[in-house]
Amino acid sequence: MPESIPASTSTQWDGEGRLEVLTFNLGEETFALEATLVREILDLLPETGVPGAAPLLGSVVNFRGKIIPIADLRLAFAMPAAEATVDSRIVVIETEAEGEVFQIGIRTDKVHEVATLDRDASEEPPAVGMRWRRDFVRELVRRRDGVVVLPDLAAIFRSLTGAGDSAAGQPSTVH
Amino acid sequence: MNTQDPVAAFRVEAGDLLDQIEQGLLDLGHRLEDRALIDEVFRGLHTLKGSGAMFGFDALAEFTHHCETAFDRVRKGLAPATQELVAVILSARDHMRALIEGDGAGLESAGAAILAQLQAAIDAAGGAEAAPVAAPASSGSAGPATAARGWRLFFRLPAEAMANGTNPLMLLDELRDLGACRITARTDTIPALADLVPTECHIGWDIELRGDISRDDIDDVFIFVMDDMELTVEPLEAEPSEDVGQALQSSDTMSDIPATVPEGPAVATSAKPGPATGPASAAKSGESVRVPAERLDELMDRVGELVIVQSRLSQLASGHGSAVGNELALRSISEEIERLAGELRDTMMVLRMVPVASLFSRFRRLVHDLARETGKTITLSTEGETTEVDKTMIERLADPMVHLIRNACDHGLETPEDRRAAGKPEAGQVHLSAHQAGGEVLITIRDDGRGIDRERVRAKAEAQGLIQPGQPISDHDLLQMIFHPGFSTAAQVTNLSGRGVGMDVVKRTIESLRGAIDITSAPGEGSTVVLRIPLTLAIIDGLLVRVGEGRYVIPLGAVEECLELSLEEDLRSRGRSFITLRDRLVPFLRLREIFETGTRPDPHQKIVVIATGSERVGLVVDQIIGSHQTVIKSMSPLHRDVATFAGATILGDGGVALILDVAQLVMLGQNQEERLRAAG
Repeated sequence: MPESIPASTSTQWDGEGRLEVLTFNLGEETFALEATLVREILDLLPETGVPGAAPLLGSVVNFRGKIIPIADLRLAFAMPAAEATVDSRIVVIETEAEGEVFQIGIRTDKVHEVATLDRDASEEPPAVGMRWRRDFVRELVRRRDGVVVLPDLAAIFRSLTGAGDSAAGQPSTVH
Repeated sequence: MNTQDPVAAFRVEAGDLLDQIEQGLLDLGHRLEDRALIDEVFRGLHTLKGSGAMFGFDALAEFTHHCETAFDRVRKGLAPATQELVAVILSARDHMRALIEGDGAGLESAGAAILAQLQAAIDAAGGAEAAPVAAPASSGSAGPATAARGWRLFFRLPAEAMANGTNPLMLLDELRDLGACRITARTDTIPALADLVPTECHIGWDIELRGDISRDDIDDVFIFVMDDMELTVEPLEAEPSEDVGQALQSSDTMSDIPATVPEGPAVATSAKPGPATGPASAAKSGESVRVPAERLDELMDRVGELVIVQSRLSQLASGHGSAVGNELALRSISEEIERLAGELRDTMMVLRMVPVASLFSRFRRLVHDLARETGKTITLSTEGETTEVDKTMIERLADPMVHLIRNACDHGLETPEDRRAAGKPEAGQVHLSAHQAGGEVLITIRDDGRGIDRERVRAKAEAQGLIQPGQPISDHDLLQMIFHPGFSTAAQVTNLSGRGVGMDVVKRTIESLRGAIDITSAPGEGSTVVLRIPLTLAIIDGLLVRVGEGRYVIPLGAVEECLELSLEEDLRSRGRSFITLRDRLVPFLRLREIFETGTRPDPHQKIVVIATGSERVGLVVDQIIGSHQTVIKSMSPLHRDVATFAGATILGDGGVALILDVAQLVMLGQNQEERLRAAG
């Protein structure tokens, strides 16, 4: 089982074509992240803005003595920033880049449940007709009550640090 | 790391041993005649062989055994120590390290090659020596050559010897095995019964050892305790019937004695190399640090107190005392915790401090190798090795310093011929020094080479478009050019400097440690690089300020003064952003604008003047909250591109304050100044 976002952006389905995920809402959309990445789900914490940082990672919080950035994925998916609600939560995930393991808090509008997705119901993001940057989406998975989006966090954060060279392993990002 | 794993423990210990061997060899390279050093290296090899075999490192044990056998000839005086030999054993040492770290696969041929070189070096050394030496050498043991009719020995162990696991009775038994002994105990230094500590050893022994015994055999008995003990060895009066040749030989051995005898009186002086290599090797292994036991005890005491105070606090929380009484008790607990936290912090900081000797000692090998590769003669001198620096700092300073020293040796120092032509001593000097100044440690790397070629730097800078051709530039600024990214001195690149670390990386690394780098150079006289680094990375004194709604920490060490920016001055200075400070124009930055707070300025804004080196910049803040003991936390890697901040800290209320990167802000201020000047 992968303990962090793999360098390649392929989804790590298990032998039976299934994937355990945590589902949550951003705006009206349902997103999902591998359950193995999730460290903790927190109520909102007082955030400290980081001037000069990308708006998507515009603040940090004190997560038990560690300073972790808070990612607002709404901005990556072209949604307007929204006020916090009683359902807002921070999902702390652990990820890895350039050999360093670190944690990020993802601000979500509502956390649902741990669910199992089926590979048979999943599709590559369509080449046209999406409002979002195609490389930010790994896969779309159909479920009874709608579509779940598996975002490509690695690609999203890479787009922030402007490391264009790492996009080489990612044909879909060729513009 | 599982400290219970004996193999891991062996690796750590073997690492220390290898370091000891390396240091011994490097010293030996300078003082080829030093018997004590030869013995030290030999002991290191011997111990390594023994413990290697014990932990199943058979390849290591075997390889070390061959080295030891070869080196033993040097120890017995059958072959002189030579530079070649030292170099070969140094490479053998590297091979041993490889054997310890890897599984030994694929290393056999390399090992065999080194052993062949070693044999060649020994043979060459032996051959260069007078022919007679070869005869006893081929007979294997030095037995008859240095034998006397017997020996009179006196030895006394240091008081704590038994606590360290030395059993004098075993030593006596070993002597008895050599030949007939008459042993008398000297009890003159035994203290009165009242003062006697039963675990200390105060007895000395006089031994008359009769028989055909070589001096080496006696030394072998004491080999592991020789450093600290008092030992005198004299041959017994030769029999009158001895022939002249024998008498001559025994006078040979006599001359041999003073070389080892000083080890007795050397007890006191031997303390000097001891601590120097001790902590040095402790700092080297990345994962483990050796900590003096008493410091741990101290820490334990503090933790014990903390537990007691904590239980008092929970008692108070669950108790039903009167409100007034509770408040008093709470205050006293709070004070107690404050004191304990302070003490814990101090103890902890001390635990993390390591003398820079551990850093400097790594460069001796580097300089040795560089000298061999470049064919230059280089002497490395060091100063202030006892200066202590945070352990993580040592780790992170190593690479930039390697680069700077390589530069000094490779580009700075001239070839012996050039040096002679320039009227300088043939041997180039590289001097490392460290000393503490306030909250900073200054590390200086100085060479007496040709200095930096200004013309060349200028030509490169012009070629890269960093400066206009013919543009006047101060000497200081010109030298700073070499820190520019991509400023490669390609014309001079050799295989030594091809590590992919440029001076810009050196500068960045030093700045990431919140340090600064300064370079001065006099043509023909050499260059000096000064690294100024803070004592510790973990905690700084900071000035807590407020800008808009955010709170920020400015490292107090960089703060020169705080002024008020009056409203009219604020208005007047719009657009030019300079204040006059003691007849100097100081540019200032409005943090509110840089941080885009979108708030209205406070009526009484303050200017905090910060400085790095000679450059000063004022920062306009809304409010100065006060000084703040700042525990530095690193920012997430995702925020590394935000250069204005060096880290973050957690405030008393659990909130986060960002720590301003002084060097970056000063640069920003200077750029602004230049922009404004350019605009006219």
